[in-house]
Parts: sequence; structure tokens; C-alpha cells
Amino acid sequence: MVAAASLLGTVALTGCAKASHDGASADGGGPTKITMWTHSAGNPGELAVYRRIIDDFNASQGEYQIVQQNFPQGSYNDAVTAAAAARKLPCLIDMDGPVMPNWAWAGYLQPLDLPASLTDSLLPTAVGTYRGKVYSAGYWDAALSLFARRSVLEKNGIRIPTVEQPWTLAEFDAAVGKLKDSGYKTPLDLGAADKGEWWSYAYSPMLQSAGGDEIDRSGMRTAQGALNGPAAVAFFSWFQKAFKEGWANSDGPVGNQNFVDDKVALSYTGVWNAKDALDKVGSDLLILPPVDFGKGPRIGGGSWQWGISAGCGKAQSEGARKYLEFSFQDKYLTAFSDSQVVIPATAGATAASKYFGPDGALRQFAVLSQKFALARPATPGYPVVSTSFEKAAKDIMNGADVKPALDAAVQAIDSDIKSNNGYGN
Amino acid sequence: MAETARAPRARTETSEQQLRRRRRAWSYLVLVGLSVFFLFPLVFMFVSSLKPDGQLLSDIGGWRAFLPVGDISLHNYGAVFDRVPVGRFLLNSLFVTVAIVGLGLVVNSMAGFALSRMRWRGRGLVTSVVIATLIVPFETIAVPLVYWVAHLPILFLQDGTLVWDTGWLDGYQVQIVPFVANAFSIFLFSQYFSTIPTSLDEAARIDGAGWFTIYRRIVVPLSGPAFATVAILTFLPAWNQYLWPTMVVQDEKLRPVMVGMQYFFQDNPAWGEVMAYTSMITLPVLVVFLAFQRSFVSSVAASGVKG
Repeated sequence: MVAAASLLGTVALTGCAKASHDGASADGGGPTKITMWTHSAGNPGELAVYRRIIDDFNASQGEYQIVQQNFPQGSYNDAVTAAAAARKLPCLIDMDGPVMPNWAWAGYLQPLDLPASLTDSLLPTAVGTYRGKVYSAGYWDAALSLFARRSVLEKNGIRIPTVEQPWTLAEFDAAVGKLKDSGYKTPLDLGAADKGEWWSYAYSPMLQSAGGDEIDRSGMRTAQGALNGPAAVAFFSWFQKAFKEGWANSDGPVGNQNFVDDKVALSYTGVWNAKDALDKVGSDLLILPPVDFGKGPRIGGGSWQWGISAGCGKAQSEGARKYLEFSFQDKYLTAFSDSQVVIPATAGATAASKYFGPDGALRQFAVLSQKFALARPATPGYPVVSTSFEKAAKDIMNGADVKPALDAAVQAIDSDIKSNNGYGN
Repeated sequence: MAETARAPRARTETSEQQLRRRRRAWSYLVLVGLSVFFLFPLVFMFVSSLKPDGQLLSDIGGWRAFLPVGDISLHNYGAVFDRVPVGRFLLNSLFVTVAIVGLGLVVNSMAGFALSRMRWRGRGLVTSVVIATLIVPFETIAVPLVYWVAHLPILFLQDGTLVWDTGWLDGYQVQIVPFVANAFSIFLFSQYFSTIPTSLDEAARIDGAGWFTIYRRIVVPLSGPAFATVAILTFLPAWNQYLWPTMVVQDEKLRPVMVGMQYFFQDNPAWGEVMAYTSMITLPVLVVFLAFQRSFVSSVAASGVKG
């Protein structure tokens, strides 16, 4: 009886709904359908640009039809991983730059095989390369900088740094000290209230600027020496001091509100907060280059990019490539840039951009990206690198001994690499 | 003499009454304090849903966070509808939750009945296996389960024709069926049914009743608290489902409310909209709780179980 009731319920339900799931298969009749997943659900500006590209592409030819499905960013990677496990990935998927090597290694992706003339025209950090092959390419990149008010720096007699002559660490320490003395309880917002991959994205460039790194990039087989060597220890000692001295804290809120409210004098944040800051602070806003910790300033590079899944059929892969080629037109890249306030990946789109063009108010970000951006380590082990880095940095921020915390991170990263047979390296 | 003997007693009673009143006043004070304490998150949520992000974040450090002051409007509620198909998500969650609870009550009570009242070979082993599954967290089986449901056969209607296919992903059924049979619910029913005297079964069998009649006519009517408890304990996790629909539902039209929460977490979370959305999706749960508050408390007390 129990089994009968279960069966009855199951049969009744299996018939109740089945969404149209064409995957990436050709249906014999009309155009070949190609399903495309974005992480942009809940982002009307970005979706509107995608809609425009897809409509234009579908109208431009009759062979392929792009079908768009949107996921919220926070649950996107889980959805992709689950679909990969079920072997139900669509043809076109977007992905955050540092995740790409892991997905390529796991067999989710096939090489992109777009014309070199196209990928060469993009910002280096907008192209995802793994083991010598291009697996992903993006329409734009993001960049970090230090936000400040010109009036505040001038009032405190602090030199305004330039791209050519950024602040040295000694200058920066002196500046933050002066700002604290001037009345800012916490003069610097480093964004330490945030969590997840932000920690690696935001603070590993500082470590690289100091001469360390998250992993030894020469072979991607160990973090020994890179993450726990003298340069790394020196940088993280400074990082700990910044919180101990009360220059920065981890109280939040996440975002740039404390700077907008003039509760902090300096804010280490991204281009995505620039428009709001510009609206609120106006011409007093300064977008400063990052601090030179000794080896030249660095910022993180590599944002959302497009790839083609490994399981995509031959005809669909061909269509997916044609769509991607079509979509990398400057006019679309400029539309993304002006809608999302992100740095266009091509020189042509940058020149046409309202914000990042020659006279754009946020032009500085394009310069910072071109001069200082460094992609995160292109290794399949990056998820573990990132979480280990975050844990160590948070422990250090909260007062842990620097060297043992870094040694623990190195051990976690190296163990992961070892247990995955070096990820093929 | 009698009057003098009565007078102190009257005075004593008065002071006892005063003491009792004072104790009651203190207990009310403590209870009101606790109520306010537990209401804080809800008040914060509703009040914050009326504020723009900048003000919400500025107010957060003080009492203003709990007061509808400053730039108050319903703008965030309008913005929620622009960003998320909230009506559709609510309907999806309602449908999935009602189906899980309804089917779960039938299937699990029948299973509990079979385990507690019927005598059959292997009953003890099956009971042990059912209880053993309680220690396996869902997260550990989620990925294999996705693979499994992606290859299950399915029969569905397409353009008026019945189509036979494989793969349960992207539908309501995949959100409902895996959660209908529930080991904890079976255990609860089984425990509760075993407290009902078996002499009732014997009497019914003498009168010619079969097992299904005994289940339907005798056991179910006597097990109201067990059904109420299971319904409530199943309702909340079903309404709050997040991980599973994230993994198996790709079509936006089929997503439940909790997945919708992620729509607001872009580079900078839209906190005012988050609060407006959570207010909207919390409301049905609050209404259900307030409507069935008495049953909820009594069923929890009767079964000795809390969620």
C-alpha cells in the first residue's frame, strides 16, 4: 500500500511539469538551438545588453538560435557544477576568470578557438589561458584603486600619488597616520568586512607588490617560499599592523558607504563603486593607484568571461563560436561598460566609452588595469589557494602569528596539489 | 479574640497577594523583554525595507535601525518586482511546499503505520535502516542525487502528445519527489502510532476491517497531533529549500523564493531590496505560524519534538 501510494504520487508528479530543456541539441527543423547560461539574473542592466546581442545575432542569420538562461551570481557555480555532474551543461557558459583553469582541468570546457586577431585585441586579463590554450574570453575587466578626497589630502599636506609615482609603503604609512591624527577614527577601509574570493582578489596583489605570491607560478606545484617566504611575512606583518594600529577594521559595511559618508579617508575598492562615489563626492574624488609595496603596484585582473562546454556537439560548438565572435563587437562592449561601469576589453570600446574614454571621469581605471593588472594564478587548484589565503589573512588580521599562519596555508595548498597529482603540472 | 486572630491572617493574605502580583509583574516584564528581543530581527527587517541603502547602512549602528524614520518609502518593494519575478517564485514555493507536506503526510504516515502496527518479516531491519538514514546529511548525497535524477525516466505532455524522455531536471517533480519520503517523519508517525492501543485494531479486524480501513478509520483520526507536528516540521524546510533547487532547476519560471534571494547580491548587495524581499517571503510563513500557533505549540508539546 505504501509503495502504491508512493508510486501514485510519483506518477502524478512526473507529469505535472517539464520545462522545455533543449540543452544544446539541434531539433532537426528550424535553427540549431544553443543554450547559454549567464550569472546575471537580478542584474537588469547586464541582461538588457545580452538581450540586445542575442536578438541581433538571432536576426542576423537563420542557422543558429541562442537561448538564454540566467542564474543569480551567488548560486551560479553550484548550478554549473551540478549540471556538469549530471552531464547537462549548456554550450555557452560564463565563468569568473580564476575559476576557468579548474573547470578546464575538470573537463567542463573545450578550447575556445576564437581567431587570434580577436583574442589578441582584448586586455590580457580578459583572456583566460590554461596550459597554453585559450579557454575563455571576456568583454570587460574590473580594477581596484584607492578612493580619496582631494580636499582631505591637501588639507593634511599629503602628496597626491600618480601612476608614474605611486605611494611607497613608507609614504602610505605616514599618510594613514596623519589622517588618523586628523580625526578619522579608522582612516582606511580595506574592505575586510567582505568575504570569499574578494580576499584573494584584493590582497594577493599587495602581496605580489611586496615580492611574494599565492603560489610559485613557475610550476604551480607549490606555495612554499611564495606565500610564506620573507617577502610574504613582511607584507602580512604590515597587514596585521594596519588593523592593530586602528588604521583599518573589519566592521563593515561591505561596499563603499563609509567613504561616501566621509567616515574613512581612503577606500580600497573597485570600479563598481566608482559611479556612486563620483555622484556623491563629485570632482573632489580621487582615484589613486595602489600602493607600491616594493616591487611596483599591482591590482587583480580577470573577471567574468565566456567559454564553450566540452560536451557541446560539433554543430552547436560552431554556432557558439560564431555567436561569441559576433558578440565581441566594440558597440556591445561599450554598452556593457556604460551600463555596468566596467572597463571595456578592447581599445576601440574603451575609446567610445562614456566613463573610460579619453575624457571619461573614470579613465584612470582603464590606465590602472593596463599598467598594473595581474591575473590570479591559472591553476585548477585556485579554489583551495583562494580559501587558504583567505583563512591565513583573516587569522593574521585577528592577531595570529604571521609565519605559522602562512605555513598552514602553504601546507593546505600543497596537500591539495599533491592529492590531485599536481593537477597535471 | 476571633477578630484579632483573623486580622493578621488577612494581612498575611494581602502581603501574599502583593507578592504574587509583584512576581507576576516581574515575569510579565521579563516576557515582554524577551518578546521584544526576539522581535528585533523582524522589526529591523520590516523597517529597513522602507529605507534607501545609504540610510539603512548609516542607521545600522544605533536605535534608528529599528525605527521607521528618515527617508521612508515603499520604493524597495517596487524595485524588488523589477528585479525578481517574486509572484512566480512565491507560487512555485507554495506549490512545492504544499505538495511535499501533503504527499509526505500520506506516504510517511502509511510507512509509519506499516512499521509500528503491522507484523511482517524484516520489519525491525527496515526500521533500523530508516532510522540510520537520519544521520546522513543531505549535502553529502546531493551531487550523486543530481546525477541520478538527471537520468530518471519521465513521461510528460508536449503539444498534446505524451512524450517519454529521461531526466527530471528542470521541473516541479524534481523539487518535490525526493523530499516526500522522510525518515524523521516516518519515525515520528511510527512512535505515535505505537501509543494507540492495538486492541482497537483487533476489534476492527474482528468486524472485518482490512489494514487500510484500520489506518484510515482508526489510526489517522486518533493521530491529529502527530499529523500537525509532521506538517509543521516539513513545511519550514520545504519552504526554505535553497541548495537543491539551485542544483536542479535551470528555468527561471520554476525557481522557488529562496533562490530568488541571490538575485540581490551583485557586486554591492541591494540591502533595502533584500529586506523588502525577505519581508515579502517571510509573510506567508508568519501568517501560517500565527494561524496555527496554538496547534504548533500543542503539537510540539505533545510530541516532545522541536524543529
